[in-house]
Amino acid sequence: MSEKKATRVAYGEYLAKLGHTHPELVVLDADLAGATMTQYFKKEFPDRFFDCGIAEANMVDMAAGMSNVGLLPFCSTFSVFAGRAYDQIRNGVCYPKLNVKFGFTHAGITLGEDGGSHQAIEDIAIMRALPNMTVLVPCDANETERCMDAALAIKGPVYIRLARLPSTIFEMDMPFTLGKINVLREGTDAALLCCGVMVEESMKAAELLAAQGMNVAVVNAHTLKPFDEEGVQALAKKVGHIFTVEEHNVIGGLGDAAAAAMVNLDGVKLTKLGVQDMFGQSGKPAHLLKAYKLDDQSIAEAVAKGLRG
Amino acid sequence: MDAAIKALCTQLRRDIINMTAAAGSGHPGGSLSIVETLAALYFDVMNIDPKNPTMENRDRLVLSKGHATPGLYAALGERGYFDTAEFANFRQLGSILQGHPDSKRCPGVDASTGSLGQGISIAVGMALGAKATGKDFKVYTIIGDGESQEGLVWEACMAAAHFRLDNLTVILDNNGLQIDGSNDEVMSLGDVSAKFAAFGMDVIEVPDGNDYDQVLAALKQPHKPGVPKLIRLRTTKGKGISFMENDAGWHGKAPNEEQRLRALQELEG
Repeated sequence: MSEKKATRVAYGEYLAKLGHTHPELVVLDADLAGATMTQYFKKEFPDRFFDCGIAEANMVDMAAGMSNVGLLPFCSTFSVFAGRAYDQIRNGVCYPKLNVKFGFTHAGITLGEDGGSHQAIEDIAIMRALPNMTVLVPCDANETERCMDAALAIKGPVYIRLARLPSTIFEMDMPFTLGKINVLREGTDAALLCCGVMVEESMKAAELLAAQGMNVAVVNAHTLKPFDEEGVQALAKKVGHIFTVEEHNVIGGLGDAAAAAMVNLDGVKLTKLGVQDMFGQSGKPAHLLKAYKLDDQSIAEAVAKGLRG
Repeated sequence: MDAAIKALCTQLRRDIINMTAAAGSGHPGGSLSIVETLAALYFDVMNIDPKNPTMENRDRLVLSKGHATPGLYAALGERGYFDTAEFANFRQLGSILQGHPDSKRCPGVDASTGSLGQGISIAVGMALGAKATGKDFKVYTIIGDGESQEGLVWEACMAAAHFRLDNLTVILDNNGLQIDGSNDEVMSLGDVSAKFAAFGMDVIEVPDGNDYDQVLAALKQPHKPGVPKLIRLRTTKGKGISFMENDAGWHGKAPNEEQRLRALQELEG
């Protein structure tokens, strides 16, 4: 069986590595180092780690100030607090286009037991709407590292959405190009366009559909902004029907990004699978995925229904 | 205060009046109240080079009460960061002189501010960054009293004390007025000095924050080791223009032509 690792863990481990090659890199956290996994960096570089206390807004503006003096700050907290520090991310960092990175964890309903108050289902929408912001959602541990490399190459704010739930590390070769969708499985009847932990569920769903005689592609959209509109248009023309799969509200996330890309295409269909404009709740991640129809079986059922009409 | 400094402060006030009048909008009241502070910082205290505005080891000023751009731009322009002819473009399309400070557009603006509470927090990050990189520059930030109703101001002070930022000076422009009226009418700050002291700031009282010598002395007073400074300036909103003084109505309103001429006449006197 393949190894599993949460993207937040991969983030924390890789941060500690990057600290060696990037002496200007500093990490700020808001009393969650043990959960966001910045604790590895803290242990390695105690003088370059700043716990800002439970004060997320202040943390983000402090990062803005540190960026001004030539440091490279990574800020971490839970994704749900993107809303709490929104004004600081907007005016403190994005407006002056400062080189600050956000590695926000515990995104989506797979956060699980903490419940709806803590499950960010709107963070992608918020971040996509901010000029100068790049938005990345890695699907596994390796892609998390590629996203962080890409973030380092960008002189400006980057939001990386990370999960609490351990997910399978894909064994296949997975080339990463910022801003380009990535075909993981070829198919001609339809495509599952997905990101984050939904990639694994989508791959399993495609297997289930294949057993029923449906040949469905799986395409990883790790870059939510800048969004690969051309790639999605070509995909839509090829397969005719795209199903977006996201662990996020269907408003403002991957589904809407795909819709915007496809709006001028004739004869293609889009179905948005995701959190249907409602808050989450407590539960085990697997139970939540099933309840919100984002597990492999529910995805396969939705695709089968969509294709058969 | 010598004659040259008096003339400088008068010129900054003239610029503020002309700038807001030309734009037909802007914030003269809270700009006039910090003229002496801006003059002291930009013309005496800060280690800066207008010809090299991004000099790595420069002292920084973050105008946390970002609406006071007429005052800031007057000081930057007169100090030589840009041609004072730019004043005529204040708040106009494509101008380097945006309604609120924009570090991407205007030389000498160290941080984009305007969303109240954020500037002081950014200044804390700069001061901490200086410590973390072993640099010895100083960071100054000017906050408003109305602004101090923002929770972020207190988060920032808590952090400044926690990180022992004795390279940070927070300057409180305590003119007592905000858009909707007096601080006490809108949301009383209570004993604001005691509050800042309780958050770990070394509070320095300046009885007349529009007296250049008093302001300069407070700015030059050394930090206690490991303790950030907070200078509480008791100022007059609209200072220097009789019909603007102590009137919240002049927070965000530009003078018309008749008022502009009257204000300039008063400044000549």
